[in-house]
Amino acid sequence: MPVSTTPQGTPTWRLRTTRAQWLGYLAWLAGVSLFLLCWKMISDNTMWVFVEDAGRQGSDLLSRMLPPQWSYAHRLWKPMWDTINIATLGTLLGIAMAFPVAFLAARNTSPHPLVRSLALVIIVSSRSINSLIWAMLLVTILGPGVLAGIIAIALRSIGFIGKLLYEAIEEIHPTPVEAISATGAGRMQVMSYGVLPQVMPAFAGISVYRWDINIRESTVLGLVGAGGIGLQLNSAINSLAWNQVSVIFLMIFVTVLASEWVSARVRHAII
Amino acid sequence: MSRQGLASQGQWRRLPFIADPKLRWGLAIGAVVYLVLALSTVDVNWARVAEGASRGLNFLSAFAQPDFVSRRTDIVNGLLESLTMTLTSTVIGVALAIPVGLGAARNIAPWPVYLLCRGIITVSRTFQEVIIAILFVVMFGFGPLAGMITLAFATIGFMAKLLAEDIEDLDWRQVEAVRATGASWWQTMNHAVQPQVMPRLIGLSMYRLDINFRESAVIGIVGAGGIGATLNTSISRYEYDTSAAILLIIIGIVLLCEYSSSHVRRWTQ
Repeated sequence: MPVSTTPQGTPTWRLRTTRAQWLGYLAWLAGVSLFLLCWKMISDNTMWVFVEDAGRQGSDLLSRMLPPQWSYAHRLWKPMWDTINIATLGTLLGIAMAFPVAFLAARNTSPHPLVRSLALVIIVSSRSINSLIWAMLLVTILGPGVLAGIIAIALRSIGFIGKLLYEAIEEIHPTPVEAISATGAGRMQVMSYGVLPQVMPAFAGISVYRWDINIRESTVLGLVGAGGIGLQLNSAINSLAWNQVSVIFLMIFVTVLASEWVSARVRHAII
Repeated sequence: MSRQGLASQGQWRRLPFIADPKLRWGLAIGAVVYLVLALSTVDVNWARVAEGASRGLNFLSAFAQPDFVSRRTDIVNGLLESLTMTLTSTVIGVALAIPVGLGAARNIAPWPVYLLCRGIITVSRTFQEVIIAILFVVMFGFGPLAGMITLAFATIGFMAKLLAEDIEDLDWRQVEAVRATGASWWQTMNHAVQPQVMPRLIGLSMYRLDINFRESAVIGIVGAGGIGATLNTSISRYEYDTSAAILLIIIGIVLLCEYSSSHVRRWTQ
């Protein structure tokens, strides 16, 4: 820590040297200028007339949404069931694909560095692309429906589950693995008796956590035609039936909260 | 015979994952029943799937030769819009998340403030960004401003929740030490709480920057600006080579973000 001396000869403490202080100011200046530049680009692309009456639009929207048209709710049970199915089946399919990928991607279980980098590429590309984009692609390929939604959720889940699981595998204790291999066990036996029991709780926790996220994501997949409650949401918005939209929102809100509660309970029980 | 007795005779079986047999079998049967029910309601139009297979192959082959050139200006504009949206929304979102996070930490906030801030967090986290974007597009009109507000709103929930959790398990002795010197509330926050949560806050902001970029590619679908609109157009025009190019760019930028954020995190710790 820098100490400078006053003319009287008493040392005073300062947090930073003059140089570090100036560098700090410079970094702040650069950051703020970048932010302002970005802000200017956004403001240039904005119709400020629309923004000015945002408050009026918002209150208008709210007045159309309330009161919710409760009689619409009974038509939402089937789409909601579809949504939950998309999330659950998608998660299961994703787990099935992510499990081997994670073992290939973990440094201590991967058979070859080349295989490892390939597995990492799969994980990164699956993680970078949102499930809605996967759904858009799959709807054009498979046609609209629940199947496209399930596969979109599965493809997105590979990256998430794969990444967290391979990090868990890399953090395992090496002693049990050594003990099992000392008995002369084969490669698969070492995996099954040495590695798997150690990552199982983490794996179950990650899967339930992803299921919870997937419920949230599957509510909007219908906007691009991939089934579930999003289809109803889309048609309600397109027909400007905002009092139906508010029913759908409430339903999504309750479902997501419930799934979050279930997932928190299960993770609490496992760990 | 007991498990130990069997094991001494050399018949060993591994311990089950769920110890209680009733719960184990109950869960297994429940899962099978659910799977049968769920799969029976999934109706698939196999004729349509077969028809689309060639399109799927087209898409895969497009990845081998992505077309960056023919829609270059659209891609560049979309990307710039996405990147500006990402940066501004992260900055604004984090700035707003800090007070909400402070309010949502049980150990430093009074009850009414705690409940209010937890409420904000729950609402912001429950709804997918796309749903929020729809509402903001209606309110603020098409364009990147609606997208920026959406992402900032989603950032508040994410950052505030994690920040509050971090504050809730910080080392309370340092706070006491600073308080004992007669520090005011602001000084306590600045000298006891802030230094403890800062490294994680920076790490999380970097992570959120990455998430916001990925989300900005999606909210364009409902008209909130960014690369998503370009991507949506290219897919509905069946221009898979352009879509492949956009997807590859997104993957590249996310990789870059991840790489640099791991560096920043190492530097702050």
